[in-house]
Amino acid sequence: MVATAIAEAVTQPAAGAALDIEQVSHAFDIDGTELPVLSDVSISVEPGEFVALLGPSGCGKSTLLRLVAGLDKPKAGRLREDEARIRSPHPSRVVVFQDPTLFPWRSVWDNVALGLEAQGILRSQRQRVDAALDLVGLSSFRNAYPHQLSGGMAQRVALARALVNDPKILILDEPLGKLDSLTRITMQAELVALWQRKGFTTLLVTHDAEEALVLANRVIVFSDRPARVKADIRVDRPYPRHRGDPYLAELRRQILGLLGLDATW
Amino acid sequence: MSTYSLSDGLASGAPRTSRAPLLSSWVRESGIGVLASIAWITFGFSCLWWEDVGDWSRTHSLGIAAFIIAAIALIGTVGADYLGSAGRGLRQRAAWLVALGAFLTVWEVATAKFAWLPLPFFPPPQSIIEVYTDDLPKLLDSVLASVKLQLGGYLIGATIGFLTGVSIGWSRAVGYWVHPVLRFIGPLPATAWLPIAFFTFPSSWSASTFLIALATGFPVTVLTWSGVASVSNAYYDVARTLGAKPSFLVLKVAIPAALPHVFVGLFMGLGASFAVLVVAEMIGVKAGLGWYLQWAQGWAAYANMYAALIVMSLLCSGAITLLFAIRDRLLVWQKGTVKW
Ligand SMILES: Nc1ncnc2c1ncn2[C@@H]1O[C@H](COP(=O)(O)OP(=O)(O)O)[C@@H](O)[C@H]1O
Ligand SMILES: [Mg+2]
Repeated sequence: MVATAIAEAVTQPAAGAALDIEQVSHAFDIDGTELPVLSDVSISVEPGEFVALLGPSGCGKSTLLRLVAGLDKPKAGRLREDEARIRSPHPSRVVVFQDPTLFPWRSVWDNVALGLEAQGILRSQRQRVDAALDLVGLSSFRNAYPHQLSGGMAQRVALARALVNDPKILILDEPLGKLDSLTRITMQAELVALWQRKGFTTLLVTHDAEEALVLANRVIVFSDRPARVKADIRVDRPYPRHRGDPYLAELRRQILGLLGLDATW
Repeated sequence: MSTYSLSDGLASGAPRTSRAPLLSSWVRESGIGVLASIAWITFGFSCLWWEDVGDWSRTHSLGIAAFIIAAIALIGTVGADYLGSAGRGLRQRAAWLVALGAFLTVWEVATAKFAWLPLPFFPPPQSIIEVYTDDLPKLLDSVLASVKLQLGGYLIGATIGFLTGVSIGWSRAVGYWVHPVLRFIGPLPATAWLPIAFFTFPSSWSASTFLIALATGFPVTVLTWSGVASVSNAYYDVARTLGAKPSFLVLKVAIPAALPHVFVGLFMGLGASFAVLVVAEMIGVKAGLGWYLQWAQGWAAYANMYAALIVMSLLCSGAITLLFAIRDRLLVWQKGTVKW
């Protein structure tokens, strides 16, 4: 409750941006041979949508996220954020990686402040850092160093570091993948709450079909490498969702089938 | 057993056992202090008891000083509980005081009293004290000259080395040009440049500064470079998605991440530059502790040599300690991630 109030007092909910991935293909050079990773991927994401990306490991999901972030350029195709071509990283699209990648020489507070500092607006916006830390419930650890945090706490700091920038598109690359199941369920709930409150567009890579179904409006299933869109599934269910929901269970069965796992489930 | 109460312990157990532990804990805590005191009293007596075999003016004062140190050791360790951190520190070092007192006694007896060690080459403690009191101005001048030369050369070398290392680590173009030069020239011991440096530079002082900077610069450059080059790309990716410009990536990502390596380079550079400093002073500069050593050797003033050596080692270890203190301040975040 307190966190909500502070967050709303300090920052206006940033509306999400639309994201268009148009016929994107990508490949890597490995020892002179070309390794195709993405093949003609087209996804159109509405502002404020929560899209989960599912696919076999190594199919190219992280690669796609790096293209969306602007960290790499696609070999073919275009990416647009609200009609504008994505050519380089921009703080309106922030990535939370699977590893928290906190800077070990910076305190928790300084880690969260990184984006504002890099953009040169930290001096006038210090309260945004405090608010972001409040949001993830780590205010009392503001002076701790990363090695003093647990895995879940570190991932929360990474989330705060992303959210402090009020991104229009939040890009999450298996951010909960390494957490224990309890922390994971808690953070899933927090993520949904944050997304509903702030309205940013969310792109979440996960290897967990259940996680995708509990969180997302839309689940996109990729094929094996090179990744192609295999299915685009709408999840019309109100939040908060329940893991036991038979509708979700049926979707999960379909998705696992698409991933080639029907026999075991 | 199960119905133990506080009053039982007070009535029967405590009084019977309290005296012996008290004594043994007193011996444990203050025993070494008493030993230290005895060692220094012995040293004092060894100074005053026999006649010197040579002509030294500080024997008497040294004996008195030894007694004073013995008294301080005794009072300091026995009364440590009332002296706060100073008392605790003294107690911790009491064993060293014992060893030092014993060593000085043997030294005194073996040189000044019975001349078991050949005399001009092994001067007694009092003759070294004599150097510190009677030759103080010259010694201080030498210290000052050495510190100035060392500090100037080291700071220049460390700065240039750091900047070069960052540039090579960061920019491919700079690396292309500087790396081969570094490969070719870097491993050459800085002292090999000495003859050339002394006739190409306008003054022996500037030549020595150059040599010290060179000796410092090479390890600092190489380690800064390897530090910057080994920074994980993940840090840059995170910073870039958060809106970081190249200058931010260098100053706030590459350099802090490389800093532990940089300090290894700074330590290595410090060691290398001490060697160059002494050689440069002996051969070229005609000032400083190296030159003082050389001069003392020329006059067969062995006590002066030992005195200068002691000062030199104090200065060098002081410099290392200072660098450690700076590192500990700048790299507090490493505490708990690596073993120090
Ligand atoms: N920088 C790179 N250089 C070469 N190959 C890469 C690089 N990044 C990823 N790959 C390859 O691209 C494929 C897809 O990787 P990635 O997108 O990380 O998969 P995932 O779907 O598991 O996130 C993998 O086979 C990987 O080996
Ligand atoms: Mg991945």
